[in-house]
Amino acid sequence: MFRYTKLTALREVLIWIVALIGLLPFYFLINTALKSDQEAFTTSAVAPTTSLDFGAFIEVLTTGGRDSIPMAILNSAIITAGAIAGLVLFGSVAAYVITRRTRAWTNLTFYLVLIAIILPAQLGTVPLYIGARTVGLTGNALGMILLWIGILLPLSVFLYASFFRGLTTEYEEAAVIDGASPTQAFFRVVLPLMAPATGTVAILAGLIVWNDFFNSLIFLGGSTTQTLPVAMYTYVGGLVSAWNKIFAVVIISMIPILIFYMAAQKKFIQGFAGGLKG
Amino acid sequence: MTVTIEKDATRTLTVPPGARRTPRPRGRKPLISFGHWWWALPAIIMVVFVHYAATLTGGFFAFTNWTGLGDWEFVGLDNFVRIFNDPLLVGAVWNTLFLAFGSVILTNILGLGFALAINRTLKTRYILRTLLFMPVVLSPLAVAYVWKFIFQFNGPLNGFLAAIGLPELQKVWLADPTWSIWAILLTVVWQQTGFVMVIYLAGLASVPVELEEAAALDGAGIFKRFWHVTVPGIRPSIAIASTLGIIQGLRIFDQILALTGGGPAGATETLATQVYKQAFSLGQFGFGSALALVLTVIILVFAILQQYATRDRDAARKA
Repeated sequence: MFRYTKLTALREVLIWIVALIGLLPFYFLINTALKSDQEAFTTSAVAPTTSLDFGAFIEVLTTGGRDSIPMAILNSAIITAGAIAGLVLFGSVAAYVITRRTRAWTNLTFYLVLIAIILPAQLGTVPLYIGARTVGLTGNALGMILLWIGILLPLSVFLYASFFRGLTTEYEEAAVIDGASPTQAFFRVVLPLMAPATGTVAILAGLIVWNDFFNSLIFLGGSTTQTLPVAMYTYVGGLVSAWNKIFAVVIISMIPILIFYMAAQKKFIQGFAGGLKG
Repeated sequence: MTVTIEKDATRTLTVPPGARRTPRPRGRKPLISFGHWWWALPAIIMVVFVHYAATLTGGFFAFTNWTGLGDWEFVGLDNFVRIFNDPLLVGAVWNTLFLAFGSVILTNILGLGFALAINRTLKTRYILRTLLFMPVVLSPLAVAYVWKFIFQFNGPLNGFLAAIGLPELQKVWLADPTWSIWAILLTVVWQQTGFVMVIYLAGLASVPVELEEAAALDGAGIFKRFWHVTVPGIRPSIAIASTLGIIQGLRIFDQILALTGGGPAGATETLATQVYKQAFSLGQFGFGSALALVLTVIILVFAILQQYATRDRDAARKA
């Protein structure tokens, strides 16, 4: 009965009009970034660019120095990759032990993790900063990676745990019967079967870490190691209204995420719709 | 039960007792050891340290006048008295609540609207879903800069107002004490609507078409069908979308720093921006922790209220 009628076609057109109006900010973003310095300053925001000037991009990407945008991209990539690796390794083994072994302490640990998901992080920021500063973990990538592993481990353990609960124990039993050690059984048999869980953890953690501004601002503040959002904040603060350059930085910061999103948009959407329920 | 018996049978058939990796001293121990118990140790240590120890220490700092260096004293409730006697900080509490509730209400209305509109039958629904979700994955800071451009005085918003013949409505939006907070709200809503839409799309997918068809055949109009068939089906989604939205909304920070920096004259300060400024710009760790404690209590209250609200509804439905 819910067939495609003329009314449905009308609805489809209407929604596209609404959606395109909603996506207008992307037009301003790309259009302005491609204007020359002079054009960005003098022409109206809506007027399409006539110069197709990539000068702003070139300037942003070729400016060197330790707190430049290219260095910030590298720092962000290192921190994001390190955090994902740690979250996958520590999260998966912990969730495995917690879900497969049924003892009093594993249940207690699971509740510890669940409560940590709900517990807001704000209150811990000041003591963590002071602790990190005392042991020399502020202002460097290693400190950020450890911080992110700590902050997001509850999410990682929770996601892995819900996937492990749905996996029968027969795979690792078969592996052990064939002579594998428990370590081999886990890393060679169970973890490869957990690729969907690993994907969800990597996407959610990757987005949170890559886009984070607050924690980088605090834990990397005053150092020359900067992540992309903080470098963007500093860079934009120095350009009063050179919008073509500001938007070149903004677009550069969006591109890596958008490439991943376009390549795996279904997985992103599923990850958000299902993964954040915890 | 049958599964246990099968497993026992396999064991006696394939593994001679002496060759078993894990001896079975008592009845129902599993066939193999699953990893090693100490695999959970790094995670437990980090979670206890980063979440529990840090939060408890922060809660303790909230009752001191510590500045990060040197001596400190236990000052009891002085920090909280100071917070609630400072009009700027009381304003920050209200702004925090305004942004949280404003964003939840608007993103839920818009997100549900989009979800219902593209749910079924549309030919381009997957493209629409991908496009409308796209802002969610972007950095809030980057999105805020795009909107800063739109809200500036000779930006597109004022240009639009002039074009439709309402130039008297033009404003310096981000420097206006009344409207700047609405500008921040709009920025947040634009970015988060896609997320709420996706939660509702997942919920709507679980409402059986047959149920809607049956209701339609029985003469239920579109609104009755929505209210009596769709809404009960997506109740869990409503709970998730509103809980996550409130928690995220209470913590809005990036957009404010990028758009207004808390100005004009503190009109867009929130607890999150004040925690940052007091603790990290001014070095008042004790006072900043007190603000963070206020924010934490507000977040916890709403999270727990939401949990109760949804649990009761579930229980009522099952009964």
